[in-house]
Amino acid sequence: MLPFFLFVAVFLGGPLYVVVHGAFTTENNQLTLSNFSQIFSQPQYTQALKNSVILALWTAIGPALIGVWLAAAVVAGNPDGILRRIVSSASGVLAYFGGLPLAFLWIASVGPLGVLTVLLKSLFGFDLSDHFSFAGTGGIGLAYFYFQIPLMVIFITPALEGLRPEWDEAARNLGASRLQYLRLVVVPVLSPSFIGATLMLFGSAFSAFATAYALDGGTLPIVPGRINLALSNNVLAGQDRIAMALGTEMIAVVMIVMVGYWFVQKRAGRWLR
Amino acid sequence: MSALAAGAEVEALTLAPQKPSRRRQRAERPKAWRLSILILAALFFLVPLLCSFKFSLINAAGSYSFSNYTEILKSGALRGALYLSLEIAAITSLLVILLVLPTAVLVRLKFPKLKIVMEVITILPIVVPPIVMVAGLSDIQGDAPLWVVKLFFNHPLTCLTPVYTVIAMPLVYRSVDNGLRAIDLHTLVDAARSLGCGWTSTMLRVILPNVQTAVLGGMFLTICMVLGEVVISSQLLYNTFPNEMILVSQANNSPGIPVAETLVAFVFTFLMLFSLTFLARRRGSKSR
Repeated sequence: MLPFFLFVAVFLGGPLYVVVHGAFTTENNQLTLSNFSQIFSQPQYTQALKNSVILALWTAIGPALIGVWLAAAVVAGNPDGILRRIVSSASGVLAYFGGLPLAFLWIASVGPLGVLTVLLKSLFGFDLSDHFSFAGTGGIGLAYFYFQIPLMVIFITPALEGLRPEWDEAARNLGASRLQYLRLVVVPVLSPSFIGATLMLFGSAFSAFATAYALDGGTLPIVPGRINLALSNNVLAGQDRIAMALGTEMIAVVMIVMVGYWFVQKRAGRWLR
Repeated sequence: MSALAAGAEVEALTLAPQKPSRRRQRAERPKAWRLSILILAALFFLVPLLCSFKFSLINAAGSYSFSNYTEILKSGALRGALYLSLEIAAITSLLVILLVLPTAVLVRLKFPKLKIVMEVITILPIVVPPIVMVAGLSDIQGDAPLWVVKLFFNHPLTCLTPVYTVIAMPLVYRSVDNGLRAIDLHTLVDAARSLGCGWTSTMLRVILPNVQTAVLGGMFLTICMVLGEVVISSQLLYNTFPNEMILVSQANNSPGIPVAETLVAFVFTFLMLFSLTFLARRRGSKSR
């Protein structure tokens, strides 16, 4: 047990301490806030934060809605069925691979020379690249759907399974319609889990970087991209401090999300165990 | 993002078959709301996979062949990188189990008050973006004394393994913890101890077989993670498999290679996890 804590302290605590410490100090180890005043005043960094949040928001809410629908469709089926097995294993693979491999699939399908692009062009003369591009929050966001939906399915399935058939039966015995059952039983019971899962999706999209980087080579300014740029920059001095300040900013955003998650998780435990 | 999926994934994987729901009776005939989303999801997820398969068959000369798939056997650099990554993956998944399983057992048995601390610790690697980890690591790399560099940064194996272990930890911890919840740990351990089992053999011969699906699931996903991780390894300039894949495809001007490798990895992991659901099922029904 001790090795476990030691390990975490050294290999997680170490880098984190360095980042937060570095963000608040100068090269000469003096306390400063100038790194933060830079990242909050220069438009390249504020724009990146804005983009990151927008991207994370819409790739959290969209997949959350689709994912809960898909999960409900799967849960309603046979729990030992082949469909259930396929969906649970596939969502594990898709959600966990993420990043780079996903970008390869995406480029192969709807990239400028992708199979789907070529097919549409030759069949209908429809040029996909006129209407769809990897760059921008739209195109990258759609790629995020590919791992965010499976992630939502994974998160929400236990909650959906926790909905007891007895509640449905009781509601119907009391004369409730389908819609009333949904509105008065399912939604209140599920909403904490749903919000919690959506927050996790937000965190996941917010910290995702490999996919976006592989798809557009870092043209869309997002915070992880800026960190990457600042880290690789060896022309300007003090750029690594900027990277650390941005890192601290990301940690702060994700911490806020986690606190929210904590609260809804407590409520979720009330009905579902 | 990926680590997020983790714990819950294995949870879904291992718990799902154990909780048969009774709503089955209602679902004789697929209803429109189910059918529509299932078809949509199948389209959204299968079309890119099929497209990628066709794409992966196009070789550098522009004709169709399996050469992209055999490239991995031919290219020495790619093969070396794959060995390296598999090595890291194997050590990481073993190390993470070694660290996590005893801890999870002890927390459940002896220190239930630490549960909240564990909750926090295992959420931390999930919420800390990999790029932030790199920012810290590369700074340490720059300023570290020589012995640290020699011991830690000189070889990708010694540098990436501990970092990946930390990243994989939450997923494995959660899945193992869920596996432990499903068994009667106290009785099992008491029985084993009173029959004269030491702690090591209790762990290996009593607890491990009972949570093997959770452990295996966690290990597979750890391997997956290691084989796909680029943010940390590329920034620290290590030539792991995914990085090498990018290099090779750029050098040979054949974008089909990484797509082919990706598909192989996808299908392989999917089959692993898929077969695991049957293992979980069989064990579940046996114990009932």
